[in-house]
Amino acid sequence: MDKDIVTLAHGSGGEMGHALVRSIVDIFDDPILDELEDAALVPFDEQEGHCAGRIVFTTDSYVVRPLFFPGGDIGKLAVCGTINDLAMRGAVPLYLSAGFILEEGLPLADLKRIVASMGEVAHEAGVRIVTGDTKVVERGSADKMFLNTAGVGVVPPGVQISASSARPGDAILLSGAVGDHGLAIMTQREGLRFESSLRSDCAPLHTLVQAMLEASPHIHTLRDPTRGGLATTLNELAGQSGVGIRIEETSIPIHEPVRAASELLGLDPLYVANEGKLVAIVEAKDAQDVLRAMRAHPQGREAAIIGEVVDEHAGRVAMCTILGTHRLLDMLASEQLPRIC
Amino acid sequence: MKYTDEYRDPGIARHLIEKIRKRSTHPISIMEFCGGHTHAIMRYGIRDVLAPHVEMLSGPGCPVCVTADVDIDRAVALAHLPDVTVATFGDMVRVPGTGSSLQEATAAGADVEIVYSALDALALARKDPERSVVMLGIGFETTAPTVAASLVEAQESGVDNYYVYALHKLTPPAMRGILDAGEVRIDAVLGPGHVTSITGWRAWEFLPREYGIPCAVSGFEPLDILQAVLDLVEAKEENSPRVDNTYSRGTKAEGNLVAKSLMKRVFRVSSALWRGLGEIPESGLALRPEYAAHDAKRLFDRLPPLGGGPSPEERGCRCGEVLRGMVTPPECPLFGKACTPARPIGPCMVSAEGACAAYYRYRSA
Repeated sequence: MDKDIVTLAHGSGGEMGHALVRSIVDIFDDPILDELEDAALVPFDEQEGHCAGRIVFTTDSYVVRPLFFPGGDIGKLAVCGTINDLAMRGAVPLYLSAGFILEEGLPLADLKRIVASMGEVAHEAGVRIVTGDTKVVERGSADKMFLNTAGVGVVPPGVQISASSARPGDAILLSGAVGDHGLAIMTQREGLRFESSLRSDCAPLHTLVQAMLEASPHIHTLRDPTRGGLATTLNELAGQSGVGIRIEETSIPIHEPVRAASELLGLDPLYVANEGKLVAIVEAKDAQDVLRAMRAHPQGREAAIIGEVVDEHAGRVAMCTILGTHRLLDMLASEQLPRIC
Repeated sequence: MKYTDEYRDPGIARHLIEKIRKRSTHPISIMEFCGGHTHAIMRYGIRDVLAPHVEMLSGPGCPVCVTADVDIDRAVALAHLPDVTVATFGDMVRVPGTGSSLQEATAAGADVEIVYSALDALALARKDPERSVVMLGIGFETTAPTVAASLVEAQESGVDNYYVYALHKLTPPAMRGILDAGEVRIDAVLGPGHVTSITGWRAWEFLPREYGIPCAVSGFEPLDILQAVLDLVEAKEENSPRVDNTYSRGTKAEGNLVAKSLMKRVFRVSSALWRGLGEIPESGLALRPEYAAHDAKRLFDRLPPLGGGPSPEERGCRCGEVLRGMVTPPECPLFGKACTPARPIGPCMVSAEGACAAYYRYRSA
């Protein structure tokens, strides 16, 4: 039985620890990782097919309950999330690290399934996991597994994408329907027996970004609306760029099961997390070209122009409702809690 | 499952708005009982599109908001007992009592679990027989039946570490309490759709019969609300008070008989203490003696001293008056300044059903 779960011995640095690391490394199957050096020595030159440019570097930690959910798992989330953070600067993601904090008692089969999922999504995305770390903590000190990934990518010359670059007159595009990830997790976590149609949208977005950049060099801002949802992201961008944002409620795509589950739980899908969507702020004259490029990509089929950047109400987001009235779309004050009535 | 879009059609909405404008000639003051309605009205800016003499007043229909301080303090004290887990619906945890909220109590080591149904709380009790699990029975006629179901199951399967702190409240007596107090002019009532799906719309017949005012039971989509407002305006213009049921997809005349009989089996009608409205006779539900073994009141003699700090009202909060429709949230001096959703002082700023939270969240840019 002990063989099938993570134990403190796996974290001791002894034989069992080495075997655990070996089994993870074998799944990732990357020659650089395979060297098991303290730090990965990675090629970075045009001979390797990497374009010249500036390096971007990011890190993110992932905690999610349950570890497996419809549409993904913590491993896929950790790889996609870091790829997406790199992609939101217009970068081509190249190398990732993976740091595992494992709770004593975690089934090894779960760990391997998660590692396999990471390997698979990294391989499909053309990104290499080249270094990593594992630690084991006592039961009760972590929630089954915490996962950190850091990533390195390169921004091609001429690409200047930043959260502070939105300008009045720019168009605001959204790559698809919002709320899927957060509601898939929530309904899974709470054992609410909804239809299985709620699935996380967890996906890497770098090839979508590359397709958009081919359509227009005038993409000013990109951000993936993860925690806090679309509303929070738009508020962040309005604040960081010092501009106002105006959006149309009717133009925001929301899948019907998400809408129905949100109504039932008293949640607003505009504040629910996404893991495979992006907001793009683009020069108005290029908006249609970028939209076309997005819709031609599998991750952007439901893309829509949802609003514009304005020079009024700097730092705030206004929404035109379906009744034609206007109201503030505020930042999320604290986590959304399902209502009683 | 595609039911939300057809109740949000902008074209039909414009048509209804136009009809309301044409039909209403007299000032009319409509109380929306339910916090869900207040929320939808603010979210879609319905106030802004109605004729100026059609006034919407928010009512006491937010279960979290009407829970009295002393009951929150008791819940917090229960959660601090070393062998007790308090299970609650989510939006209760941030409501401040006179000492702390349940969320703050958790940070201080109390055991509080958020559940989506009383049956989840019962499952917690089953999983850990060493602990007493207390479900906070908060909510109107909508939530009482599921809490009743959990008690029946606990009794039948002998889960004797499962308790309910019954704080359920009944909506028609509260509406009656507000009308009897006569503090605000109410010409019509927007009836709560979810509650009425349990009680049946006949539960509102006392409004036209005894008070001469119309009631329109409404769902929570913008078109539901606009249609109900139109019905109320017409009833008022025709001087023919009646109950209209615009929420026929969800409610029947007699309501949900299974749910009602379950409630009757487990609970008896009792007086209840409401924030803002005070003690209202026959407006609450208490456990019947047959279920006394599961009554959380059995644990009360072990409670540490309660709260002790100032109540929200003592800190200047006007939730009580907001709940009676006497003031709108922006009329409270704390609104949006000392009291915001991130740092709420009163419960109306906490709950997704609370009028202050709705006014704050959907204010204009």
